[in-house]
Amino acid sequence: MEIHRIRRTAPRAVATLITVLAAAGCAAPAAPGAGDSAVLRVAGPFETHSVAPVESDGLFTRLEVVETLVSSDLEGDLMPGLATGWDESRGGRSWTFELPADVTFHDGTTLTADAAAASLRAAAEEEASPLAAAPIRGIEAEGDAVRIDLAARYPALPAVLTHYSTVVLAPSSYDADGAVTEVVGTGPYRVERLELPANIEVRRFEDYRGPAPQIERVAFQAVGRAESRALLAVGDQADVVFGLEPAGRERVDQAPGVAMESSLQPRSLLLKVNAKDPALADVRVRRALSMALDRAAIADAVLREPDLAATQLFPPSLTAWHVPTLDPLEQDVEQARELLAEAGWTAGPDGILEKDGEPLRLTLTTYPDRPELPALATAIQADLREVGVDLAVDVTNSSEIPARHADGTLDLGLLARHLALVTDPLVTVAEMFPPEGSDWGAMNWSDPALLDAIETLQSDADDTTAARARTTIAETAQAELPLIPVAWYRMNAAVNERVAGFVMDPLERTWHLSEMEWAS
Amino acid sequence: MGLVSAVSGNRLPGVLVRRAAQGVGVALVVSALCFVVVRALPGDAAYRIAAGRYGYDLVDAAAADAVRAELGLDRPAWQQYAEWVLALFRLDLGESLVTSRPVVDELGLYLVGTLQLSVLALALAALIGGGLGVVAARRPDGAVDRLVTGWIAAVRALPPFLLGLLLVLLLSIQLGWLPAVGHEGAASIVLPALTLGIGLSGLFARVTRDAVVEVRRSDYVRFAATKGLSGRVVLLRHVLRNTGVVLVPYLGVQAVTLVEGVVVVESLFAWPGLGHALVHAVFWRDVPVLQASALVLALLVVALNTLVDVTVLWLDPRPRGRRAVA
Repeated sequence: MEIHRIRRTAPRAVATLITVLAAAGCAAPAAPGAGDSAVLRVAGPFETHSVAPVESDGLFTRLEVVETLVSSDLEGDLMPGLATGWDESRGGRSWTFELPADVTFHDGTTLTADAAAASLRAAAEEEASPLAAAPIRGIEAEGDAVRIDLAARYPALPAVLTHYSTVVLAPSSYDADGAVTEVVGTGPYRVERLELPANIEVRRFEDYRGPAPQIERVAFQAVGRAESRALLAVGDQADVVFGLEPAGRERVDQAPGVAMESSLQPRSLLLKVNAKDPALADVRVRRALSMALDRAAIADAVLREPDLAATQLFPPSLTAWHVPTLDPLEQDVEQARELLAEAGWTAGPDGILEKDGEPLRLTLTTYPDRPELPALATAIQADLREVGVDLAVDVTNSSEIPARHADGTLDLGLLARHLALVTDPLVTVAEMFPPEGSDWGAMNWSDPALLDAIETLQSDADDTTAARARTTIAETAQAELPLIPVAWYRMNAAVNERVAGFVMDPLERTWHLSEMEWAS
Repeated sequence: MGLVSAVSGNRLPGVLVRRAAQGVGVALVVSALCFVVVRALPGDAAYRIAAGRYGYDLVDAAAADAVRAELGLDRPAWQQYAEWVLALFRLDLGESLVTSRPVVDELGLYLVGTLQLSVLALALAALIGGGLGVVAARRPDGAVDRLVTGWIAAVRALPPFLLGLLLVLLLSIQLGWLPAVGHEGAASIVLPALTLGIGLSGLFARVTRDAVVEVRRSDYVRFAATKGLSGRVVLLRHVLRNTGVVLVPYLGVQAVTLVEGVVVVESLFAWPGLGHALVHAVFWRDVPVLQASALVLALLVVALNTLVDVTVLWLDPRPRGRRAVA
């Protein structure tokens, strides 16, 4: 009878199912738990959904599995990466990057100029890579070097080649269609286990050309929740934990055996302004909005650090671009009201300003990927309400900012802009203020003096001229406010005292794990 | 549970065929709905997919245009859907729009993760809840019953997020018994499963208690006691078994809600599961992954219902086989 058979086999089937499921869960090799002292455990919010360099969020560069031709030091100055040096010729329209001899990929094959050139060509074809924006005509192997020919001068090329999308991968990383299926690089660590999106384990690569890292194994775990990350840090279950929120930072400060490290990032939290909006086209209105903001209080409440209140677009960590003599952006509600009145806005019956019967209503678009943005948005909403501006906040996907820029429906966007994506902020600055506007920069706003200054900088000007041009850019941005700076940004990490030698790269290019050591 | 009242002779194959047909129907409806809903969501899908791929620092109009051209997002919607259905008939779930990896590979890990978590959570919930329910039912309105009622209220009131954090603080940080988060080794499943299991145990305890109380009052249990069986034998042979007939379908329903409700717990414990995949797929407009996840979930529901039917059939002591059952 069927039923009888079921009766006998059902409990066994259930038991088997549970066993199989449990076994599948434990299939991972030698789990580096808390007891495994040889593994450096790193946790952060960064999930990786693809091994393709441009889609990896730089994680394999941070774990030092792959290398870019050019690297940068903690100050953001360029230094040799995989390439030992570089030269320009043909009036800056050809660049040659010298490769070292006897470099071995993690699969045992030797690095060739052809392999490097192929990786760079693949990067140049990716629209999202900063290399796609360079006027490239060809990338070829030339002896032990890679030659890049340009259609026009592009002094920022070496800086662009610090970006994680331009790493050099072994030919075995690609499948027949040219898609990246494995991460086979040249760095001091090689990938040992990969379980996307959350787990990456790397092991010391014994044939690395440089000094061997002291720490042999690193296990990275992506943890989406900041609360969980804080618990990992205080519970001694991770050695380095990136991206803690204020509450978590306070916990770590009180916990024994773990300390907070932080560094000011070249990232500004700012308001992108549609300068074609009937109200926002008037620079007096933009200034008034800026003056309405109590940045110190906002930074204190949201970022728990009043010093992060932005006084200008460029944070002090970008020493070449920050202009200490600039009049700081400060709160002045009275003057904000006066400026709005001058611009023709008068208070309506409900306290909201009006002009020609139209109320001053704006929508602020922002996104939750950086958890402080929605909180900042509501603080800004409250401050603007004080001067009679009715601000609606729309927290949505980050891509809505470029999308609404494209169709012209954006009023204000609150965003976290990385100002040195490719080491040299000039590339980002030029991208933020082109005449036609930019997705993550100015919108319907342009200024001839600022464009001249960018052009001067792009033409490899001498130091004094370059410094003057940078000051012009900072001053123009401060006076015109096509982007209203709100706060600067600090990146932090909780570091367990069983490790030493942790350094924080403000550019987040690498985590310098190969320089870390076990504390004695 | 239609099966219990079915009257035909050998009912199992019929049930399986009916459930299979139901599975196919549900799959088509669910995937079509997914497609329509994603199309109707505001925002430009090309930008969303580009954001998923490259991260917000690198998304711009050029990247979105490249994505649009590569994936043919400009084609008419019916064409894109027809392609998906045709591929499905070849058992090809397609590739993720964001990661370009086959959806099967992508979902495999998540599905196993969710199944492991759900099965263990349900087992824990049944164990804790069922045990408490049986104990409480021994003396309705007694002290133990009141305590259990307190437990039920407490775990029902605690959101999984808070419960999870409390468990991490206790079992991981204070006692150091279990890893706080992660997906490595057998120990890492315990905390997320316990969080879900304790959360569910309240309702289990309530349903078990009521069912046991009711079964205890029934004529056949009283008869069993009258004919001289010990309390223990009555409990094991008559009460628990008949309670199971009520409890198992309930377990099935809970399993379904569990699969959908693991999102918070998965993200808290960095546990890769379908909830995680679904959230990201919606956020990124990754239609193939979304359709496949919904498909898997829908089929899982059908499979669970089938399992419940078969189990109840096995448990139910009432006469069955070729004779009709009232």
